[in-house]
Amino acid sequence: MHNYQLRKRIVVWVVFCMVLILTVVWLTPILVALLTSLRSYDDIMLRGFFAVPEELSFDSYLRAWRQGRMRQYLPNSFMITLPALGATLLLSSLSAYAISRFRFPGRRPIYYMFIFGMMLPLQILMIPVFGLSNSVGLYDTYIGLIAIHTAFFLGFNTFVLKNYMSTVPPQIFDSAHIDGCSELRIWWQIMLPLTLPAFAALATLLFTWIFNDYLWALILIRTGAKMPVTTGLASLQGEFVTDWTVIMAGSLIATVPTLTVFIFLQRYFIEGLTMGSNK
Amino acid sequence: MKTVLQRPGRKGRRKEIRTAFAFLFLPVTIYLVWIIGPMLYTFYLSLTDWDMFTAPRFVGLSNFRRLSNDPVFHRSLLNNLKWMAVFITIPIAAGLALAMVLNRKVRGSTFFKVSFFLPMVLSLVVAGLVWSWLYNPAYGLINVLLRTVGLPYLARGWLASANTAMESIIAVGVWRQVGYVMVFYLAGLQSVNQDLVDASRVDGASSWKSFRHVVLPQLAPITTVVIVISIIDSLRVFALVSVMTGGGPHNSSNVLANYVYLTGFQWYQMGYAAAIAVVLFLLASVFIVFYLSRIAKEEDHA
Repeated sequence: MHNYQLRKRIVVWVVFCMVLILTVVWLTPILVALLTSLRSYDDIMLRGFFAVPEELSFDSYLRAWRQGRMRQYLPNSFMITLPALGATLLLSSLSAYAISRFRFPGRRPIYYMFIFGMMLPLQILMIPVFGLSNSVGLYDTYIGLIAIHTAFFLGFNTFVLKNYMSTVPPQIFDSAHIDGCSELRIWWQIMLPLTLPAFAALATLLFTWIFNDYLWALILIRTGAKMPVTTGLASLQGEFVTDWTVIMAGSLIATVPTLTVFIFLQRYFIEGLTMGSNK
Repeated sequence: MKTVLQRPGRKGRRKEIRTAFAFLFLPVTIYLVWIIGPMLYTFYLSLTDWDMFTAPRFVGLSNFRRLSNDPVFHRSLLNNLKWMAVFITIPIAAGLALAMVLNRKVRGSTFFKVSFFLPMVLSLVVAGLVWSWLYNPAYGLINVLLRTVGLPYLARGWLASANTAMESIIAVGVWRQVGYVMVFYLAGLQSVNQDLVDASRVDGASSWKSFRHVVLPQLAPITTVVIVISIIDSLRVFALVSVMTGGGPHNSSNVLANYVYLTGFQWYQMGYAAAIAVVLFLLASVFIVFYLSRIAKEEDHA
């Protein structure tokens, strides 16, 4: 028995140490980025990565912010992300409401169409979406980018919200209906408040996804001054190829918004990720 | 008790249908215009020759014939399969193991969890740039570390060599994916029946046996979802490759999604790009349809 206890404690410690090592490995890239951004590239080149830096400075951040144009890219990202987020949530709450509450011909095909679209490889849409936005004059505009984000996430949102709405007892709506409440009011005044937790989770997740989008920005935005932070940052790579401290500083600046959202709304973020998979 | 108390009459029924379509009109129209329409149009484009400046010219299946003899396409397809092989093994095993450990109240479990979530919060562009720096041949951490511990012959230009470029990028994919998988298993473990686990332990099952025969079967639905998502993710890979190598050197790290982008938007061969996209779509849709059929089954039970 004593032996067993000892063995168990050893196993626990070994597992703990393995997790600890893995955690260190996982955090290393982020710590390296942070350390690099606070040093000068000359210092790294001359004295090596492990040398204690002669001085720490925010110089790289200033350069990324000014010459690296992060001060332009960052607001652009918000101008794209926030409207897209609002629009896609509002629109998908309409479709999710219809699918979860009403019985009508074509209900399932419409529902499956939304789910089908949410998992598509984006490359199957890329060329026509580029052509479409060109022909309606939305190429190289925020609105074009907002439109495709809004449309693409309708699939995932409708799926998640429909599942969530289906858990609300229909009697609530039926009695409201009998009391003469219009469907629009039931949707707005009863259903939406009841589904607020799902909205919170989706909003957190979608903010991260839209903010971090690279592909659509690459295809639909050409002018440097209109780029969001992702394609903007990628373009820094060519420009500051000889100074990684600026690129690391830019990368960290680009991460601040999503990291802030994650830190404060972590619970919702995690919930959102799994909401689609299990009801 | 989930049906409406009194079934609406025919008139009420027609009104219900009208209301439903009124709600659906905007989202469905937008979806058809921006997602479903473009998808179908890509199918059409894959049968054409189109440089974006003149009208598409119908060429039948010749783009697909060209694909079958295109070494870059083969290479990209193979690389996607490599991603897939890695994604359905390493991150799933690691994610499950971590979830099992961190689901208990170990010291600092919140800190550990957040550490593994963190890479997910970074954009793929940021992840790609940070790791490009780690892989830097001269000053990057990995080579510096190898030289410091006396293994200088292992140091190399990780992204510059055709032998290591793809694997180096896949490692970044794994770095992001582990936390994602862990989230799913942590959620799944909440619904595992702890009484059954305890009972098996009382009956003398070792912790491995009770994991293998009691916990794992209960996690099977989650595992299916995780595998499908991992496969679809491995087919969607684009940003990391685009940022880190652009598919090079000599296409050694090219993947289908990046090949579509290069063919269409760098070389203006839209028809051929569409054909590659169609292949990518067909590969993905096998798994999407499988996923849909599961949801359909759940719908029937609901």
